Amino acid sequence: MSGLKAMSAQRDIAIVAFHQSDCQASAGATNEVELIMPEIRAVMDQVGLHNAQDVDFVCSGSCDYLQGAAFAFVAGVDALGAVPPIRESHVEMDAAWALYESVLKIRMGHADSALIYGFAKSSPGELPIVLSQQLDPYYLAPLWVDTVSLAAMQARLMLDAGKITEADMAAVVSRSRRNAMNNPHAQLAGDLSVEALLQEAPFVSPLRRHDCSPVSDGASAMIIATVEQAEAWGKPYAILRGIDHRIESHNLCTRDLTDSPSTRRAAEAAGVADGAIDVAELYAPFSHQEIILSRALGLGEGTRVNPSGGVLAGNLMMASGLSRVGEVFQRIVSGEARRGVAHATSGPCLQHNLVAVVEAA
Amino acid sequence: MAQLAAVIGTGQTRYKTKRGDVSIAGLLREAAVNALEDAGLGFEDIDAVVIGKAPDMFEGVVMPECYLADALGANGKPMLRVHTAGSVGGSTALVAASHVQSGTFKRVLTVTYEKQSESNAMWALSTPQPFAVHLNAGAGGYFAPIIREYMRRSKAPWDVGIKVAVKDRLHGARNPLAHLHKPDITMKEVEESMMLWDPLRLLEACPSSDGACAMVIAAEDAVDSSAKPPAWIRGGAMRSEPTMYAGREEVNPRAGRDCAADVYAQAGIRDPRRDLDVAEIYVPFSWYEPMWLENLGFAEEGQGWRLTMEGATSLDEGGDIPWNPSGGVLSSNPIGASGMIRFAEAARQVRGDAGAHQVEGAKLAMGHAYGGGAQFFSMWIVGADKP
Amino acid sequence: MSEAREPVTGIEAPVYLQYQFTAGRAPSRFLSALKQGRLTGQRCPGCSQVYIPPRGACPACGIATEEEVTLSNKATVQSFTIVYIPIPGNPIKPPYIVANLVPDGANISFIHLLSECVNEEVHIGQRVQAVWKPEAEWDYKMDNIIYYKPLDEPDVPVELIGKLGVDGREVQP
Repeated sequence: MSGLKAMSAQRDIAIVAFHQSDCQASAGATNEVELIMPEIRAVMDQVGLHNAQDVDFVCSGSCDYLQGAAFAFVAGVDALGAVPPIRESHVEMDAAWALYESVLKIRMGHADSALIYGFAKSSPGELPIVLSQQLDPYYLAPLWVDTVSLAAMQARLMLDAGKITEADMAAVVSRSRRNAMNNPHAQLAGDLSVEALLQEAPFVSPLRRHDCSPVSDGASAMIIATVEQAEAWGKPYAILRGIDHRIESHNLCTRDLTDSPSTRRAAEAAGVADGAIDVAELYAPFSHQEIILSRALGLGEGTRVNPSGGVLAGNLMMASGLSRVGEVFQRIVSGEARRGVAHATSGPCLQHNLVAVVEAA
Repeated sequence: MAQLAAVIGTGQTRYKTKRGDVSIAGLLREAAVNALEDAGLGFEDIDAVVIGKAPDMFEGVVMPECYLADALGANGKPMLRVHTAGSVGGSTALVAASHVQSGTFKRVLTVTYEKQSESNAMWALSTPQPFAVHLNAGAGGYFAPIIREYMRRSKAPWDVGIKVAVKDRLHGARNPLAHLHKPDITMKEVEESMMLWDPLRLLEACPSSDGACAMVIAAEDAVDSSAKPPAWIRGGAMRSEPTMYAGREEVNPRAGRDCAADVYAQAGIRDPRRDLDVAEIYVPFSWYEPMWLENLGFAEEGQGWRLTMEGATSLDEGGDIPWNPSGGVLSSNPIGASGMIRFAEAARQVRGDAGAHQVEGAKLAMGHAYGGGAQFFSMWIVGADKP
Repeated sequence: MSEAREPVTGIEAPVYLQYQFTAGRAPSRFLSALKQGRLTGQRCPGCSQVYIPPRGACPACGIATEEEVTLSNKATVQSFTIVYIPIPGNPIKPPYIVANLVPDGANISFIHLLSECVNEEVHIGQRVQAVWKPEAEWDYKMDNIIYYKPLDEPDVPVELIGKLGVDGREVQP
């Protein structure tokens, strides 16, 4: 096992602060820097820090294509107060992977603390079409197969295999919308019954519109540190006990799309099964994917899944994965849960999956 | 704290304007297979894969790690994609190294690339945005005014850039992988090449290349698979600052100075010119050699051009501190890979593996990359001796 | 056996994506002033430096720039390049001068064209003035200013570039 949790001699990582913006269908005139600044401010205030000068490392996650301009992430540096210069890096991935990079940096002893943030303004483009250009550029991208259609094929496979029913999918949505009523940052919330949801017309069959996460603009930010640093700051924290991620084949035809072996592998490496899971926040952009993920993670009756409403209630591209970790952190610090699992995904039909285990300190 | 790590394999492609014989995935695989063979390993021995490249718009593939997972044998493994503008080749190497230095993995494969022929990279940087004046005439248009200010301050002779252009192309002529092979290049030829962004001429600017560079980085107890000695990572550092802010020093950016000070401290270097045997430094436009000689502390401020003119950085003139013996970015420029090529070439030098551009007896070498508006820096020091 | 064919070395697969670009709240205020023929900067509440064009944050401090400052039409050349290659989709014919200009009242340069000049005589520290389009053509755009042209004023010493007030005089601390 080469996951991070296996290295018992390594430094424990504390999650100390997290904040997420509202999920908005459109942030209007607000640009990326203006989306990021309030989130950085919020996590700095939680810890009592001034700006990025007060942490040892900064790492962000974003995607140029969402905005439609090369080097879109460079503007993010303007939100940090990076004068004098700072130790900083960026992944063109969800910020959950920026968290992963930051954890490595702390574990190798080059940093005792890190600021992580993710952001996107997806509303200016047509997100499912933009993401179609994530596919193999010679065979698939020229077909412009959008992400919703690919997910619909995955849902069809599950329905035909008898692994789920449409009512199961509607139940996921119903719970998400209801949970989101307690989430001030959610974009979609409400008390909708399974029966009512099943009355809705198909969107991209067999998916109904509510089976698909909305497109949201926004950002989220997190501060992590060694336990010693967190103690010195004197703020409540949770322990990031394990984190691991795995990718699988890009060739959809060779994958069993009704399962997520990469999630299962990441869960093993992160140590999900080492204890009871009170809460799980899963990055499932489509309702049926939450079921695939719950099964791959081995979650049972005792686990509350997506108490925030998950991304079906609001999906901040490039930040939703980090936000899942943040949501679990908040529930542990508040005493609502003692041990939780957070998940992030990337690529078509859950191609790439990250799993983190967060525990009470 | 940080575990020891070393480069135990490097692999590069032949650099060309257009590699029509391979797909994007094929290009990366070529470099990856070369690095694995050099390391005496196969894909099955690799624990994690870290890739990097400049903006996705250069090839039009969004978040390309998804598409590249199969070609790089990454299925079932962690795969990360780094993007820090032009410095990405260097920062990707450092992120890959952190996978080992954190004690998490034994053997990591890292690959960076650019296949500029698959789109028009220069203009991918200049996507028309409403409201702005469309004056973005490529990277040269951005850096030429900064070079002009350096020339004013340093009172350097007008032909320093020309000398660098000749020197790096003569170095490149020794490197069979280099994009440009100009063994007969002269100062006159460079001087007479077309002026693009005054004071920069065509032959003082980097070419636009297809290519990929890969490395295998291994933990202390996993370095023996390769027939060649390991290149021990003695230090690694990154620094970023905003593109523009009031009072920013653009000619001699603080981020570069701070990054160098950090990496030198880790490697125990006090005087880089004396302590290092060779350096592979990101010089995409000729004048950045004297500018970086000063920024990185090889020369006093305003004096960098003297080292260049004296031949101190030239292999052919027997200089004491050869810069870019591989030919550098001026000889090959697959943007996303250009930084990693610097890092890998530094490793090749201390492994005694650099062929006709080997610096005799090189023990300690520096790799350097920068990007954005000369605001993102990544550097490492590698050595033949285990720290 | 099929007949020998040329290998496929590429396919055409153009990517067309449409975006509804938004400038940002701070840049919107800047563009609105431009439409009224006014060049403005925004002052950082932390370090008091005036930014043009404002992008939303003072990059040095990482905080929003709120206060609007009207800038002069006069500016100083911080540096420049003479470009000999065309800008894609732009009617300007090479060679032309792209300069880093600091308007009086601002503390940072921005990029614009320099014209009505002898290219070889342009120099660092030179004084220049904005040439605006006719009022009827003003839009939410930087190119309401067509270009800058030389001004018959003494050069600004290099150490004072970026430190002049809106009246063109050195700001006394």
